[in-house]
Amino acid sequence: MNKGLKTLTNGILRENPTFGLVLGMCPTLATTTSAINGMSMGLATLFVLVCSNVVISLLKNLIPDKVRIPAFIVVIATFVTLVQLTMQAYLPALYETLGLFIPLIVVNCIVLGRAEAFAAKNTVWLSALDGLGMGIGFTLSLTVLGAIRELLGAGSVFGWQVYPENYAQLIFVLAPGAFICLAYLMAAMKKAMK
Amino acid sequence: MSNFIVSPAPHVHSSDSVRRNMLNVIIALLPAYVVSLIAFGWGVLIVTAISVCSCVLFEYLITRYVLRQQPTIGDLSALLTGLLLAFNLPSNLPWWQVVIGAFVAIVIAKLSFGGLGQNIFNPALVGRVFLLIAFPVQMTTWPLPKGFATSYLDATTGATPLATMKNAIKAGDASLLDQLPELWDMTLGMIGGSFGEVSALLLLVGGIYLLCTKTITWHIPVSILLTVFGVSGLMYVCGMPGAAAPWYHLVAGGLMLGAFFMATDYVTSPMTGWGQVIYGIGIGLIVMVIRTWGAYPEGVSFAILIMNACTPLLNMYIRPKRFGEVKK
Repeated sequence: MNKGLKTLTNGILRENPTFGLVLGMCPTLATTTSAINGMSMGLATLFVLVCSNVVISLLKNLIPDKVRIPAFIVVIATFVTLVQLTMQAYLPALYETLGLFIPLIVVNCIVLGRAEAFAAKNTVWLSALDGLGMGIGFTLSLTVLGAIRELLGAGSVFGWQVYPENYAQLIFVLAPGAFICLAYLMAAMKKAMK
Repeated sequence: MSNFIVSPAPHVHSSDSVRRNMLNVIIALLPAYVVSLIAFGWGVLIVTAISVCSCVLFEYLITRYVLRQQPTIGDLSALLTGLLLAFNLPSNLPWWQVVIGAFVAIVIAKLSFGGLGQNIFNPALVGRVFLLIAFPVQMTTWPLPKGFATSYLDATTGATPLATMKNAIKAGDASLLDQLPELWDMTLGMIGGSFGEVSALLLLVGGIYLLCTKTITWHIPVSILLTVFGVSGLMYVCGMPGAAAPWYHLVAGGLMLGAFFMATDYVTSPMTGWGQVIYGIGIGLIVMVIRTWGAYPEGVSFAILIMNACTPLLNMYIRPKRFGEVKK
């Protein structure tokens, strides 16, 4: 159990995908224009991470070593398609906003990285915990990043207006703001983990 | 540690120092500043005061309380950053936006990278570009000069010469260029714009002062100005529809300020002569590309920042020949 807890918290703090491993930067920078967008992206990835980790861990003895990457991709793509179609059916507005970045979860480095580095070598239970931990870490980072960018760029958090939008700085919703916020959050995280 | 400094020969002393050089740049900016003051009135003083004070204050607070180092405001670099930032702003910008610009310039662009000497990008320009993207409306609403009346005041309202040039080239219609103010007015500074953009002539005087005092070398400004003149001249001569005459490009916008005062920043420009020439040509080309095809009417600040990013690469590839080195 102790090992399970360690695996779970590993993804949230020490090997946080965004601030520790610096993986999956494309969705991190592109979808965190607001807190809700960042959180949705994080949750979608979390679902894919947990499911693909479990299935790949189950199949690890059946997949020949030489074709493991294509096999992993097929498993991951299955779950991504599931998320995509569900989101399109029930959350069309969100689906429109995230757009291309939902199908792109297939090639997200975190998902493939955890499959390769963890699920292919560990038990099903630990792989599920690892996927959950990584997914929570990713969701938290994206939500925090999205919240900060939304606060500075549009004056609101989760759509709730904190101060008048006239005083907000548009740049934080755009790409340069994403890089600036990410860099400072990463620095703060490094400092805090010391 | 003892107080002795051990360094390799030659042990030459000169009165040259960071402080001295910064002071020279400030002196060189003064004539153009006076013209802006006459043209735009009190707004100039207020924006400058806020910008300089907040830059110095941020530098002091961060170095003293966050980095816990000896505050470095004595070398005047923060003061100069504040002044240069102010030169890049319209004189009617709300005060809190000036403070944000100063914060970005000093804290994000300079101290986050490790302070003077470590910053990759020119702090004042990062501040300006940040404000331009963050507050596009306020940053491009230029006040018109109101000091002493010229023909320009009656002729147009609001659009800067570069905006007029942009419209002409977009429409491919050279007749729009008739709205441009007289060349002499543009050179003297009786045009709308950021208050450091206005007087090309006096910025040139300041630039020559910098060259004479050896604060800067000729490589960067000359290569920038020649490239802009050459490229715009080529467009004009080849009869590109709506292209403005090259002398208009030289005196319009922030080109003089950029070429002499912004691009020549020691920290963010290449070290060797050839490196500086390539850097200058790069800036000139990007300026012309943005002015002709870009979304913004002016591209000097973007051009300088882009070439700032190339500076480490230029420093790596263009090295001075080592003493005694034989060419293979």
